Amino acid sequence: MNFDLSKKKLTDINKYLQNIDRKSNVRKFKIENPSGHHAICAGLKDDIDVTINGHTGYYCAGMNQKASVTVHGNVGTGVAENMMSGNVFVKGNASQSAGATGHGGNLVIDGDASSRCGISMKGINIIVKGSVGHMSAFMAQKGNLIIFGDADEDLGDSIYEAKIFVKGKVKSLGADCVEKKMDDKSINELRKIFKDLNISENPKNFKRYGSARKLYNFKIDNAGAY
Amino acid sequence: MCGIVGIYLKTKKYEKSLGKFLSGMLDNMATRGPDSAGFAIYTKENKNNFKYSICLNNFSEQDFKKKISKYFKKIKIIKYSDHVIMETKDEPKEVIKVINEKIKEVSIVGYGKSINIFKQTGNPKDVVKKFKLSSFSGTHGIGHTRMATESAITTEGSHPYSTAEDECLVHNGSLSNHNNVRRDLIKKGQEFKSENDTEVAAGYISNKISEGNNLKNTLASSLKNLDGFYTFIAGTKDGFALLRDEVACKPAVVAETKDYVAVASEFQAMAHLPNVNSAKIFEPKPGVVYNW
Repeated sequence: MNFDLSKKKLTDINKYLQNIDRKSNVRKFKIENPSGHHAICAGLKDDIDVTINGHTGYYCAGMNQKASVTVHGNVGTGVAENMMSGNVFVKGNASQSAGATGHGGNLVIDGDASSRCGISMKGINIIVKGSVGHMSAFMAQKGNLIIFGDADEDLGDSIYEAKIFVKGKVKSLGADCVEKKMDDKSINELRKIFKDLNISENPKNFKRYGSARKLYNFKIDNAGAY
Repeated sequence: MCGIVGIYLKTKKYEKSLGKFLSGMLDNMATRGPDSAGFAIYTKENKNNFKYSICLNNFSEQDFKKKISKYFKKIKIIKYSDHVIMETKDEPKEVIKVINEKIKEVSIVGYGKSINIFKQTGNPKDVVKKFKLSSFSGTHGIGHTRMATESAITTEGSHPYSTAEDECLVHNGSLSNHNNVRRDLIKKGQEFKSENDTEVAAGYISNKISEGNNLKNTLASSLKNLDGFYTFIAGTKDGFALLRDEVACKPAVVAETKDYVAVASEFQAMAHLPNVNSAKIFEPKPGVVYNW
């Protein structure tokens, strides 16, 4: 089924996609002329497949559950923010805070993601095939941020238990983020993510970063680092 | 919040459509700033004449003409709603003095050999219509839709701010050290018309340029001297430049084709531009000056 955002209201399209008739076999949808509209495909909760042809605005596919959303274009701030499950594929670049607070599912960005990618992520896998901007994985709690390119300043600042994998260069690490050994467990985890997403990359080419665990319980000895 | 937009034409192909493009960009940014709007449009430079963009406020065009004719003889005035563009050979120093001292009912919003500035309170969709922005042709233009935060909704509080010949600035964000910077600039002879933080940033840029710096270096120096959060688009006779502060709280997106460069707070501002879907689209990096 095709929708044209130049002819139909965004709220009507979103309402339709958020309330899929579960008995129906129609599971594939296309959205044309997104023209940078905000909140396209926000709040989907069924196992459907949506393709968006063009560039989107803020919060595209936010709060996604189960659905697979593919954007053939760039996305604005907060793509797949607070995603619970499902897959979001971005064929272009992503703006700030991609995958912010995401609890689960996979967000795959073919281009670059800018500042604060994966901020406060809580279990999502974010794969960025390009580079990420500054303060990425800020206060990230759980999940994996996998970067094929480079990372700008303060990667993983105040990170909790999320894992960061970077193939390229890291400009600088944020407070309490350190390089960790790329152990067998991490290699296997990464291999599984790549396999599930049909990505041909060798996990051994990545460096791993995570929390030094000195900041998230207050210790007087660390006062200088706050 | 506020919305900012800018478009610079790299070729002559779309010069006649510039006003139409900029008008659409401002229309689409009305959601980010419904309180007031303004724009600067750079048209072909007239080497012999200066153009003064003047807001009449509640003064009538006839009364203004009558008063100004006492001081300057060869003038041409074109009215656009409550603004006029006045063309004359007379130098800015004289004209500004006369208007500020003798015709206090009106206010100069900008001047130069190429720039035309219009700004007014009201929804951006209505503001662009009343100034007939779509009818303008030109080489580049910048615009602003304002959601007022630190000063009142007035014409003086609207952007763009022009503090020197053919220069102007639009700003999304707010500055925290503008009172200090304003005091320093006043000591150096810069004059301000409002309490607005952006006017201080515009004055800062004009002051640096008057000291011989180029626009790129001037903006780079503002990273050190202007504290706060901002995305700036600064226009000059030849082009414009873009800068985001190093934290990059305020958004910006750039679309570049072989014919134009467009900058806006959100992509939807430029969704109507020709071939934009095949443009090179990127988010400008924090703390980096981009200029065209």
